[in-house]
Amino acid sequence: MSQDTYIVGIHMIDFGRYPHRTPAQLGAQAALEALDEAGVTIHDIEAVFSGSNYTTMIGQKILQQIGQTGVQIINLVNACSTGASAVRMATTAIRAGEFDTVLCVGVEQMTGLGMLGGAVPGSIPTEGILGSATMPAVFGESGMEYAARSGATFADFAQVAVKNHHNATMNPKAFLRKETPLDMVMEAEMIAYPLTKLMCSVNVDGAAAAVVMSEKKVKELGLMDRAVRIRASSMASAPWQERDPVMHDVNGPTRLAAQKAYAMAGVDPKDIDLVELHDCFASVEIQHYENLGLCGDGEGVKLLRDKTTEIGGRIPVNASGGLLSKGHPIAATGIANMYEIVQHLRGHAGERQVQGAKIGMTHVVGLGTSAAVHILEKM
Amino acid sequence: MTTTTELPRAAFPFIVVDDMGRPALTAQRCTKCGATYPDSERMACGKCGARADALEAFSPAMEGTLHSAVIVRRGFPGVEVPFISAVVDLDGGPTLKGTLRHSGFELDDIQQGRRVKVVFDDALGRQDKNGNSYIAHHFEPLSA
Ligand SMILES: [Zn+2]
Repeated sequence: MSQDTYIVGIHMIDFGRYPHRTPAQLGAQAALEALDEAGVTIHDIEAVFSGSNYTTMIGQKILQQIGQTGVQIINLVNACSTGASAVRMATTAIRAGEFDTVLCVGVEQMTGLGMLGGAVPGSIPTEGILGSATMPAVFGESGMEYAARSGATFADFAQVAVKNHHNATMNPKAFLRKETPLDMVMEAEMIAYPLTKLMCSVNVDGAAAAVVMSEKKVKELGLMDRAVRIRASSMASAPWQERDPVMHDVNGPTRLAAQKAYAMAGVDPKDIDLVELHDCFASVEIQHYENLGLCGDGEGVKLLRDKTTEIGGRIPVNASGGLLSKGHPIAATGIANMYEIVQHLRGHAGERQVQGAKIGMTHVVGLGTSAAVHILEKM
Repeated sequence: MTTTTELPRAAFPFIVVDDMGRPALTAQRCTKCGATYPDSERMACGKCGARADALEAFSPAMEGTLHSAVIVRRGFPGVEVPFISAVVDLDGGPTLKGTLRHSGFELDDIQQGRRVKVVFDDALGRQDKNGNSYIAHHFEPLSA
């Protein structure tokens, strides 16, 4: 019997540098906090979906820290959509009727990894010959394609970083918490034009975890006070487009996942009160305004310039400060985005609270490509 | 096994080098749906799923149009910057990624629609662990 699923406990650790802690310790910290918030213990957990791109068997390593109960653990590697994939798997498994209480964890330890992307193993290093495969270059190319189509400028892209860094000054969990005026963003070290250093998310260590529960169990345990309903959990890969596989496409899969999510939830974009989307690089946030249907095609720049996506605007985007400010521990990001939405829906977001928020959307997209969209609601 | 050859080797699967050492581009086109690929041995068509026997090899045009590009200022150790990383739609397909050389580094230099040509040259002097040299493609501005 298919039934609704709920997040009853969720936590993200403060993202940052933890060179002396193991990925399992980071994941365990997030998991324990999520369990405590849900008011359950590891003995209530019937299955674990966990993910990390740089640590194998992360779920088992976490349970070795917090309780080896012998339950099913499935580890996921799905680039930047890994954490959201874990929640997607939890909702699917619960709706199938197999489990009532599932733990989801995403962990990444990235200190010292440096700029991601680049030289693919082969006969000779290809960086600088086959253009650049670094993430700033790949996303910069996607941004320049969007600029040619929409009229977006370098300054527009920089303004996204100004907005998100401003939001982060109100988020104690953000890694980067300082105002960055437009000239500071535009004059920062150029990594790959049109992206300066302040327009790129930072590699950090981090973990986030969520306890997902069936409606039946939420009612049985009397947890509806804290439960946030997952109204949609949707994923998509990249549909073929004419420049495949030369150009990575983050637009197509995001559009597909969003369309499915709106249909699942039975809501329109106008019903969404706030969004946490995948701003791994500043330029792509504007692309995702259009991909997620927050505005019409070609209207993304206007949405930004009109301040519609600022806190206080019609649809605040990345009130947390986004990946640009929180940092981006790949597998943890998907659940961390949900953590932010849950804070707003519960009215716990403090200074940056989006007033009256009832329905929020989260989005992540990993190159390769995999996009995930969730729609959350507090009754 | 011999490990070195006199002739340079193709750095990528969309480059072929003949017995005389002359390089050329090669690509595949799906006879069912028309999709093109910078490759020589795909298993099937990524657009329509037609199997390999539906894919035909062809020699793409040596000129094309810049679709998107960025000016790379921070690279990996040992990689000289700046350089332009470019996505180019060859006339008639396919799309190819590469480095645009002999160009300036201003916004105008990376505008969509700029005409470029493909040239072949050594792969920046890089050799594999057996000392083999490679031939790679480079984009250059097409002067009017
Ligand atoms: Zn085909």
